[in-house]
Amino acid sequence: MYQYDKYDQTMVEQRVEQFRDQTRRFLAGELTEEQFRPLRLMNGLYIQIHAPMLRVAIPYGLMSSKQVRKIAEVARRYDKGFVHFTTRQNFQMNWPKLEDVPDILAELATVQMHAIQSSGNCIRNTTSDQFAGINANEIEDPRPWAEIIRQWSTFHPEFAYLPRKFKIAVIGSEEDRAATKLHDIGLHLVKNHEGEVGFEVLVGGGLGRTPIIGQQIRPFLEKKDLLSYLEAILRVYNRLGRRDNKYKARIKITVREHGINHIRELVEAEWVQIRDQLELNQKEIDRVKAFFTEPEYEADAAADESYEKALTEDKAFARWAKQNTFAHKQAGYRAVYVSLKAPGIAPGDVTSEQLEVIAELAEEFSLGEVRSTHTQNLVFADVKQADLYALWLRLEADNLATPNINTLTDIICCPGLDYCGLANAKSIPLSKQIAERFGDLDYLYDLGDIKIKFSGCMNGCAHQSVGHIGILGVDKKGEEWYQFTLGGSSEADASLGERLGKAIPKEEVVDTVGHLLDAYVDLRHDDESFLATVRRLGIDPFKERVYADN
Amino acid sequence: MQIIKDREIVEDNWTHLDDDADLVAGNITVSLARWQERHETLVKHEGELGLRLSGDDPLEEVVPDLIHFSLIVLVFPAFTDGRCYSFARLLRERYSFNAEIRAQGDVLHDQLFYMSQCGINSFELANPNRIDKALTAFDDFSESYQATVLRPEPLYRRR
Repeated sequence: MYQYDKYDQTMVEQRVEQFRDQTRRFLAGELTEEQFRPLRLMNGLYIQIHAPMLRVAIPYGLMSSKQVRKIAEVARRYDKGFVHFTTRQNFQMNWPKLEDVPDILAELATVQMHAIQSSGNCIRNTTSDQFAGINANEIEDPRPWAEIIRQWSTFHPEFAYLPRKFKIAVIGSEEDRAATKLHDIGLHLVKNHEGEVGFEVLVGGGLGRTPIIGQQIRPFLEKKDLLSYLEAILRVYNRLGRRDNKYKARIKITVREHGINHIRELVEAEWVQIRDQLELNQKEIDRVKAFFTEPEYEADAAADESYEKALTEDKAFARWAKQNTFAHKQAGYRAVYVSLKAPGIAPGDVTSEQLEVIAELAEEFSLGEVRSTHTQNLVFADVKQADLYALWLRLEADNLATPNINTLTDIICCPGLDYCGLANAKSIPLSKQIAERFGDLDYLYDLGDIKIKFSGCMNGCAHQSVGHIGILGVDKKGEEWYQFTLGGSSEADASLGERLGKAIPKEEVVDTVGHLLDAYVDLRHDDESFLATVRRLGIDPFKERVYADN
Repeated sequence: MQIIKDREIVEDNWTHLDDDADLVAGNITVSLARWQERHETLVKHEGELGLRLSGDDPLEEVVPDLIHFSLIVLVFPAFTDGRCYSFARLLRERYSFNAEIRAQGDVLHDQLFYMSQCGINSFELANPNRIDKALTAFDDFSESYQATVLRPEPLYRRR
């Protein structure tokens, strides 16, 4: 993975000192809350219901064991001994003290981590595919490009006060595990007719109150032009984006109001002017790529016979291997999900003790690296099949091997009203109830791939609009109600869910999920997935089932 | 009034004229509306001329007139309104405006570094009492990844 040189390290350290001084001035009354707010947000710091919340960046979801240990240590020392992984591959701590935050950032800087631009109206952490570099179907590894974007977007002086937040995701294969079509800019590495690899550029995707799927602004961009093109989009947006209404300030609205063709004309006109000045040089591309070269895989890893044997002898292991491991381009290797969706645990939460186990297991079994995923789980990307059984036993011992990846209980969930100052309704307790009610594994596997996404308010941090089943908490005269949508997807076939009907009271949410599942089981053809069934039949048969009693 | 110019505290020698105010001797700045209405009179003014622009103004329309101005004032109605960062870079990099560019309005300590990287070289702070402390802000970072007005070669070309 990428290692800081003196430039990167100096910038992160100077950021810590800058924020230390800003915090000091705020506490001394020299900065008003209004003046401090954007500054703290650009260091990931929110003021929440109970305490501040600190969001730390994990660039494109990649962490070393050393970093994971540091996260565990910081969470124990400055927080309550657990952290929460987010849909944008970052992690959050929910109980730090404001005055400790500069020290926390200084600790993180010692392992090349930071909270830079993890919130605020600026360019956020660049995200990617958790299987980058190990996926046989990949056109090219997106990670070097994500790192190049990270550096370009870090402290960009022109784009620190944008109309609204700005998120970029980049992937290297047609499978989309990074929800790129729901990002302000989505980048897909693609091959053109001449066989050259470049980027397809999408713009204007986003979730929240007005979910919109991104549109293509350029079918093919040469790699050397990546930064100039991004800069052109950002400059057009910075000048044109609405600043009169924060709900209309995202680039998705700019694109919708002006039309993609007009935006494209403006961007291309701007791009022509800056293209040469910002062209990426091969030396730098090679420098960054050198951090992501293929590791020395063991050539005879596939010769191992113990894995097959364990699969036949241990049903629980076989179940986990089928559900929680993923094909690797190298024969004899697999990628392994560490499920952060154990029953009774808030989705995405992990304790310091578990993080230390994860760090150790990564060193022992997966080249010392851990990846975070858009679905709020972790991944060991490079595990030999011969090691899978031993790894499983250790994960199992620490409640990290729930075999539920991509099933109904692999719920994406925001912190909700339990923590978040924006939320209208609780999300975690109901997610837990859903996971408990439908946790029977045979039932889960029979249902297959169903993605529930559960947000506690319109801001949609859990991406409910693109859930196969989306659940949105709304406030009705001080009571928590829940709006269901069906048929959304954040993947390559991205679509927005359709509203099922009127909102449902809290007590009926779990039953409603049950009705939807019953309807699906009745209506599906053979092994048709939930999403395919909804797309084939529309929502009416589901609606009838849910609202029949009323 | 004291301002920061080229990282030093200096006395301001400009008068910012309201649209209905009479002309005064010395260096004056005017709004774009006044410039467009009265430029024939204004070019005969004996002092230096400056133009005030906000993010709402059509920057590109002003470009042919830039030769008349020794100062462009970029007005920040709120420090969170970042449009004039783009204006500053365009004025410097694309339209080769080499005279003074000043930030006015909600101009605070913590934005000075980015503003200066974008080519703004003078600052009327919203709170002039802390003007001496604000001088340190220009050194918040010793490097930038990007091409900026102060460092036109991006770091990736220099590594």
